[in-house]
Amino acid sequence: MSKVMTLHLRIWRQPRPNQKGKFVSYTVGEISTDMSFLEVLDVLNERLIAEGQEPVEFESDCREGICGSCGALVNGQAHGPLPGAALCQVHMRHFQDGDTVVVEPFRARPFPVIRDLVVDRSALDRIMAAGGYISVNTGQAPEPNAVTIPHGKAEGAMDAAACIGCGACVAACPNAAATLFTSAKISHLALLPQGHPERELRTVKMVQQMDLEGFGNCSNHGECEAVCPKEISIANIARMRREYLRALTLMDRVETTVR
Amino acid sequence: MKLDGKIPGGPLPEKWDRHKDALKLVSPANKRKFDILVVGTGLAGASAAASLAELGYNVKAFCIHDSPRRAHSIAAQGGINAAKNYPNDNDSIWRLFHDTIKGGDFRSREANVYRLAQLSNHIIDQCVAQGVPFARDYGGYLSNRSFGGAQVSRTFYARGQTGQQLLLGAYSALIRQVRRGNIVLLPRREMLDLVVADGNARGIVCRNLVTGEIERHPGHAVILATGGYGNVYFLSTNAMNSNATAAWRCYRKGAFFANPCFTQIHPTCIPVSGQYQSKLTLMSESLRNDGRVWVPKRKDDRRPPAEIPEEDRDYYLERRYPSFGNLVPRDIASRATKQICDEGRGVGPTKLAVYLDFADAVRREGIGYIREKYGNLFDMYERITGEDPYRTPMRIYPAAHYTMGGLWVDYNLMSTIAGLFVLGEANFSDHGANRLGASALMQGLADGYFVIPYTIGDYLAGTSLPSIAADHDAFATTAAEVEQRVRRLTSIRGEKSPREIHRELGRIMWNYVGMSRNAEGLRQAVEAIRGLRDEFWQNLRVPGDVNHLNKYLEFAGRVADFLELAELMAIDALHREESCGGHFREEYQTEEGEAVRNDRDFAYVAAWEFTGVGREPTLHKEPLVFENVPLSVRSYK
Repeated sequence: MSKVMTLHLRIWRQPRPNQKGKFVSYTVGEISTDMSFLEVLDVLNERLIAEGQEPVEFESDCREGICGSCGALVNGQAHGPLPGAALCQVHMRHFQDGDTVVVEPFRARPFPVIRDLVVDRSALDRIMAAGGYISVNTGQAPEPNAVTIPHGKAEGAMDAAACIGCGACVAACPNAAATLFTSAKISHLALLPQGHPERELRTVKMVQQMDLEGFGNCSNHGECEAVCPKEISIANIARMRREYLRALTLMDRVETTVR
Repeated sequence: MKLDGKIPGGPLPEKWDRHKDALKLVSPANKRKFDILVVGTGLAGASAAASLAELGYNVKAFCIHDSPRRAHSIAAQGGINAAKNYPNDNDSIWRLFHDTIKGGDFRSREANVYRLAQLSNHIIDQCVAQGVPFARDYGGYLSNRSFGGAQVSRTFYARGQTGQQLLLGAYSALIRQVRRGNIVLLPRREMLDLVVADGNARGIVCRNLVTGEIERHPGHAVILATGGYGNVYFLSTNAMNSNATAAWRCYRKGAFFANPCFTQIHPTCIPVSGQYQSKLTLMSESLRNDGRVWVPKRKDDRRPPAEIPEEDRDYYLERRYPSFGNLVPRDIASRATKQICDEGRGVGPTKLAVYLDFADAVRREGIGYIREKYGNLFDMYERITGEDPYRTPMRIYPAAHYTMGGLWVDYNLMSTIAGLFVLGEANFSDHGANRLGASALMQGLADGYFVIPYTIGDYLAGTSLPSIAADHDAFATTAAEVEQRVRRLTSIRGEKSPREIHRELGRIMWNYVGMSRNAEGLRQAVEAIRGLRDEFWQNLRVPGDVNHLNKYLEFAGRVADFLELAELMAIDALHREESCGGHFREEYQTEEGEAVRNDRDFAYVAAWEFTGVGREPTLHKEPLVFENVPLSVRSYK
């Protein structure tokens, strides 16, 4: 059965990208254990509006853990205390009555704050644009059963492709590395035969773009895997490294195909 | 104005080919001279933007999210239909066509639906080539599963995340063209109006959601792929940002709105638990393969479900529909559940829920089997409710899910405004009065990959479009109107937040224009909606300013448009004096409570023309002609 509790929230408020932010404390009562964390923010915002204050800006869309829009550090943990869940899937029964909860945006230099808990994650789109695709135009596709893909490979590709691009891995990493994100896409496409014509080129270009955006390097902390709402494995990072080395040894060929 | 669906002549299987052969072409050199604006980056928008850019058009793609990959297509779970006949179960293009026409309760166009079935196979080819990791069997070949409304297995899937994988495929094609400079990507933009000059759609006015700037974007054609309007109910399975504003603004500019009362209420969602609730979560249709739906026979039976013996349970779907049982189509299952709860026999704290019980299946097949088949859904249920569905039955209730109605389009997907094309859920075209599971993804991608790249060329080649700049009078006027409307929202300084008013609207719509409707209730709804709209414009409170990221300002603009669309939905539902698909009018039912369709008077598309806010819209009828499938009564008894 649901219970009711009170929480003390300390939320990062920052009006504009180049202005200084600070933590502001709010006490919210009448929180049902059936509420999601984002619904607590909704309730707080309704109250702030009623009081004539500006609501807390945060991003959210599907509220079922698949779109990747939401996310914040909750007591220092990206997406909060529940493993394998995005923040929208964290319900209040995982908190205790009277808890103090610190809420701040995903922090990383390549993710500048836009307002309050909203950050700019377009760097991730640019990594994808650098090579996170198979170059096939509409209409070129052959009959899909002409090439068989072993069950295990297809499942492995799907495991990696499950990434929702939320950026929690970056926020959790002490180095603000985007290697889990980048390696998930490289793995997904490297495991499939359709991805092979561009395999080397894709790896090199995506890794280059990741560096260009100012993300740090991976030093195997594993924090990314621990917070990932889709539980993407860091084995993908190891695969990305192998793919990168492999690409470098084949660099002559790669260079001739760079356009 | 006479509605011309531009349905090509000839035998059904040849219509699309004949039509394509007659379409005008734009040469490669000339394609570069055309600017095309694509609004929305879900399955329909992303696939259209990518395909058109590949052809050489200049494309601008707009999305309200921070990234095109967030569009709500991503949340589709079950799968995508195609007539590949890989399982050798005698599927065909004809059968997919036939099931879709029948599933839609004979309120869609034969020619459109046939084309959809024809294109379905190409979609699978294209998606696999992009790297979409569809499920494969141990031999490495593609797997299929079954869905409602069909007797064959034709659904392709990527676990419970098919929409996500298809969207990421379309997104990857789009983002590749961004890098190549063929698409200019404009995220965090919301289209707030359409610009029409000399009768043609020539651009859009949108708001930059970060800076608040009102931007003008001219072009030669506008493609709207902005999804459905399920959020008019406030609580739905739609995402928080799903809205009808872009489509509604086009309606106000002269695009007809077709069949707005055709909405789909999905039977198996996690029920509402409290006032604070922001959205509802779907539990996949596939659960009804092994779950049995029941309520206690006796009202106010407060025993826990495990203590209620078999003889005191009412498995009402199995009782009423013995041949289809728990697997009746969505509209039927939802309605039966509502009737039970209206009788006061619902369960749980709100009494607006029924049990979906897996105990028999667990006993029969073992817990391991259930875990393997539905594990992720059971986990999702437990995460939200805190209850373990392996031990106690799920509680479920219907929720607003999808809208079959939308902007009217002809066979070329062009609206009644020349140069405005509408794709995916935003148009009305293919699902009639009820959509079958796994067909939404198919339609969005068929429109974007394989229809619009052909039909838009015919429009561009056949229309004289003088160059237009952002300082043209039509842009200046529209931008000024938009700016004024945005400022007005923040200047009312009343008492109620936009979400508060939205929640009230949702209550009206759910009670009177929801699963079951009647003339008196619909008239009351129109009055109540008008009253609420007045209150909105007098008592709204939106804090903050317009030159800044301001989520509640965005919500407010969308609620303003929902308050107008809601009235049109009620008017359409009132005028359609029959029950069909998701539209159930209590006056038109059999003694047993089944829907009674009226083909003599209502076998048409109702396309509404805007005449002013609060004024009766003008009805235009496009007759539906069935030459290939005889009209028949759907029965699931």
